[in-house]
Amino acid sequence: MSDSTANGLVLAADGTPLKRSLSRAMRRQKIRAFMLVAPLLIFVLLTFIYPIGVMLSRSVQNDIVPETLPETVRVLGAWDASSGELPDEAVYAAFTRDMSVAIEAKKHTRLGSRLNYEKTGFSSMFRQSGRKMKKLDPVADAPFKEKLIKIHKGWGDVETWKTLQTYSGLYTSGYFLNAVDARMTPEGMAWQPEDKQILLKLFGRTLVMSLIITGSCILLGYPIAWLLANVSPRNANLLLILVLLPFWTSLLVRTSAWKVMLQQNGVINEVLVWIGLVPDGDRLILINNEFGTIVAMTHILLPFMILPMYSVMQTIPPVYLRAAKSMGATNWTAFWRVYFPQSIPGIGAGSILVFILSIGYYITPEIVGGTKGVFISNRIAYHISSSLNWGLAAALGTILLIVVLALYWAYDRIVGIDNVKLG
Amino acid sequence: MAAPTPISRKPLSFVLPTAGGIGAFLGLFLGTGNGSGLIGMLLGAAVIAAMAYGFIVDLQNEKLAKWISVIGFGIVGYMFGGIILTIVAGLVGMFYHWLIYWLYEGRYRAKLLPYLTAGQVLWHYGFRCIAALIFIFLITPILVIIPLSFNAQDFFTYTPGMLRLDPDAYSLKHYQDFFTNNEWQRSLKNSLTIAPIATVISVSLGTLAAVGLSQSHMPFKGTIMAILISPMIVPLIISATGMFFFYSQLGQFMENSLGMDKNLVGYIKVILAHAVLGIPFVIITVTATLVGFDQSLTRAAANMGANPMTTFFRIQMPLILPGVISGGLFAFITSFDEVVVVLFIGSAGQKTLPWQMFTGLREQISPTILAVATILVIVSIGLLTVVELLRRRSERLRGMSPA
Amino acid sequence: MTLTKLLTATTALTLVAGVAAAEEMTIVSWGGAYTASQKGAYHDPYSEKTGVTIINDDSSAEAVAKLRAMSEAGNVTWDVVDVVAADAIRLCDEGLALEIDADTMLADAPDGTKASEDFGDLLVSDCFIPQIVYSTTFGYRTDLVGDTAPTTVCAVFDTEAYPGKRSLEKRPINNMEWALLCDGVAKDAVYDVLATEEGQQQALDKLATIKDDVIWWSAGADTPQLLADGEVVMGSTYNGRLFAAIEEQKLPVAMLWDAQVFDLDGWIIPAGLSEERQARALDYIMFATDTQRLADQAQYISYGPARKSSAPLVGKHKTLGIDMAPHMPTDPNNAKNTFLYNYEFWADYRDDIDAKFQAWLAK
Repeated sequence: MSDSTANGLVLAADGTPLKRSLSRAMRRQKIRAFMLVAPLLIFVLLTFIYPIGVMLSRSVQNDIVPETLPETVRVLGAWDASSGELPDEAVYAAFTRDMSVAIEAKKHTRLGSRLNYEKTGFSSMFRQSGRKMKKLDPVADAPFKEKLIKIHKGWGDVETWKTLQTYSGLYTSGYFLNAVDARMTPEGMAWQPEDKQILLKLFGRTLVMSLIITGSCILLGYPIAWLLANVSPRNANLLLILVLLPFWTSLLVRTSAWKVMLQQNGVINEVLVWIGLVPDGDRLILINNEFGTIVAMTHILLPFMILPMYSVMQTIPPVYLRAAKSMGATNWTAFWRVYFPQSIPGIGAGSILVFILSIGYYITPEIVGGTKGVFISNRIAYHISSSLNWGLAAALGTILLIVVLALYWAYDRIVGIDNVKLG
Repeated sequence: MAAPTPISRKPLSFVLPTAGGIGAFLGLFLGTGNGSGLIGMLLGAAVIAAMAYGFIVDLQNEKLAKWISVIGFGIVGYMFGGIILTIVAGLVGMFYHWLIYWLYEGRYRAKLLPYLTAGQVLWHYGFRCIAALIFIFLITPILVIIPLSFNAQDFFTYTPGMLRLDPDAYSLKHYQDFFTNNEWQRSLKNSLTIAPIATVISVSLGTLAAVGLSQSHMPFKGTIMAILISPMIVPLIISATGMFFFYSQLGQFMENSLGMDKNLVGYIKVILAHAVLGIPFVIITVTATLVGFDQSLTRAAANMGANPMTTFFRIQMPLILPGVISGGLFAFITSFDEVVVVLFIGSAGQKTLPWQMFTGLREQISPTILAVATILVIVSIGLLTVVELLRRRSERLRGMSPA
Repeated sequence: MTLTKLLTATTALTLVAGVAAAEEMTIVSWGGAYTASQKGAYHDPYSEKTGVTIINDDSSAEAVAKLRAMSEAGNVTWDVVDVVAADAIRLCDEGLALEIDADTMLADAPDGTKASEDFGDLLVSDCFIPQIVYSTTFGYRTDLVGDTAPTTVCAVFDTEAYPGKRSLEKRPINNMEWALLCDGVAKDAVYDVLATEEGQQQALDKLATIKDDVIWWSAGADTPQLLADGEVVMGSTYNGRLFAAIEEQKLPVAMLWDAQVFDLDGWIIPAGLSEERQARALDYIMFATDTQRLADQAQYISYGPARKSSAPLVGKHKTLGIDMAPHMPTDPNNAKNTFLYNYEFWADYRDDIDAKFQAWLAK
């Protein structure tokens, strides 16, 4: 012990206390590591996380109603919806004033399509009323109650005003309720009528089908991964090309290929009829149902299962199996008690990958799924590109994302994301 | 590898029932088609067992036996059907000939460890049969579309003419369409512009980040990892709409404030969007390679006076290169095969190959899509070969012998 | 080509593009044969006349969503968009499309008839300029339907007389109408019935009788492919697709002209364009929807021109040389029993009935 311990502190070569020097070095390393990550992190946060966040926030936004009809919303707030009577003239007058501004700005039809999600008929009511209300003068033509009801009988319906009152807030839970087959009514939350309940079922189906697809990927992928890990590297790489080739072929092409394969006059049925396993008049129905979706998606996602499994299995020394056998284990015991537990991280990695990817697929189910093989993503796509009900799409997407994130978290807990290896 | 196991001839009492059993399998197929599976099975077993007996006991000439069985099966095939059936039957004949001698000479043992029990040998080959079936499952859909790309008709249908191998039923017109049609050529060019640049961006940023992430002092590692992986886990349709807004505004900014060309801005938008989608793959592969990376190497380099840049490019980079390359290939394919996002973010000038294919499937059926796929399959085989060569090179660099 | 040459060429191209940017317009359409027909009939003549370069963007299927996003982001890059009428109504409702005054913004017919009269009831929205009338109708395999070819749409629901699969579009629109029609509802009462819960149930119940025999399609190219494969004996699709399958591909397929649903496809101009671009878009529209141009499009594809005055001018197919008039959905022989898509009704009820329809499909 020399001068470095002069005042009880361990000193570094330059005389600063070692603790401080180390922590400074540590901090420098931390900063350096962070600087390496920073460009990408900023890039992803800015161009991905932020836009997605904005998109998903639409699931609660409802500002179009209070912004288009500010006065109406205020006056309507005082109306007692449970009275069963129409609101009084003040509401109608406020509504006419709001509408005349909205019609000028051509916003009333947009409001109509927004409210049509909640109550069928609003869309045409606003469009038709807009045309006629253009001629009303918001001051001179008072009173309005009778006139509005004459313009469209919907304005004389208590339900119309109840709906408007229910959906007058800046934010709404309506989209999320819709996303789970419920709805906001003036009386509170209620389930959708039974013949409109579809989304929960689709969530359930998406999860179950994704599980089945993941399961069949495990079943088919495990032997292949095992084979790849246990033949000579040269052969393994050749076989790997067979795995990667479909992986690299366009998703659209592979899906079409399965159509060619599976349909009633498709390759599989033709071959089965030709060798006589199936009578001509009684061809198998392999497509446009759950089976078609499962087969095509399993094929499309199988490489995502095989590759992580393979990389894990590569690290399991084959001598373990031999050791177990030499100590008297049967083939099965040696596999099940020695090899299989070590390959579980690979199964976990592959399963999470396949499951997450299959939950979000919609092009393949759309093409081969028929009526029973459709996923929740198909509905999201429908609401985004056809019905323009983005609030509902965002709510569905948020729920889906939460499910996926929960799985991701569980996976990170169980296996650790570092363990995923793709090839 | 263990030394080759000495092989010996097997008794007829083993060869005949085994060959017969596998023959019964063929008989089952043919029999079911012609009324009775049971009779078929019995007949199949009898025929193959008789063949085995004839070859082994009477003929005792393997070469001659081969011709006899190929031609014999071929003739039977020809009597029942056309040229295709003849060829198939010939192949079946070849298979059974090979099977009989494989069993009789004990060749099936040659490459296995000598101490394996009969059950283990059976399992060994049974397992390979299962694996072969799975490989068939993987590869058949790709093979099936290749002949269809030569279809003379404009549908994804095997016409009767194609099945008869009638030359008139085949044509190269879809290939011609692909190579002469401006739309296809432009979209191919767009894909070949967008994918490599997007790949370069995701690989360079992704590799840097992965190096940072793999350092033990990285703060908030889990959260950052989750953020960087998120483009893979958000359903694509949501990503597409969400990113659309951002890129519209970005595009407007670049056009109006920076005065950039509209077309160029369009490319930048698609490239950045695809780069984000490719990043998770790069991060995952490169961090996985870095898990096995020996950090003392960088310390040694630093010790010997190398600056961090030199250390990275001379020490780390060559060793993690396989991970970088395979991450890059995944990123490339992500961009090259991506349709949902480009449909939203791209405009006419950036129509990519998958977009053109998507329009093709939706608006007009045309096997040109299959011709493109066939070309791409061939290109991928080429690319995979390159990867394989690179991998072998990197293994040599690492000093790892093929274990 | 050497790298320098390539670079010079690209730079030159970029420069040219930069200079020409003022004379460019982006027209959005469906792609494939349809865009080709528009190119032949409208784009090329217009470019020749004015020197404006026209860029085709095949985004019509996503047009509504993309336009809404563009408008929210404040950066509309499209000049003219081809959409079906229902989408035009939606866009108009959302304030995303420019309102058009037919009489001042569109050309008169050659005989001086005002545009609003020439288009008549086809001007179904304030923002919509109709271009073609197409119909969703049934095609059947002549070799698979037996001796008596189907003559009414109710053959679709008759699995005894016509066994085999049929293909229907995976959405309630059209299918619900056909189902009610074949369940004994009078034609002019269909939408009144469909507006009620019971009526919707009735339609679904009728569809349920053939549910097991239906392959549901979602892309217009599906039914021709299914017919070609013999997967279905009959199926609904757009009449232009069937025309191509019958006349160009020579498939053993025939068209069933009964209770086909007329629908319109046409142009909208996005709202919020700069004045200069809007003026150019209006100029294009004025040119492309005059009597002669609309008739010209029928030389390429078998969709009927939306102007009454264009019908007599329809000639022969450009490459096949057959007379196109008898293949038009608007031809009197084909249009004996037709439906016009009820835009008002579906704008209101689409989401509601679609939810029920999807729930029913999933059952």
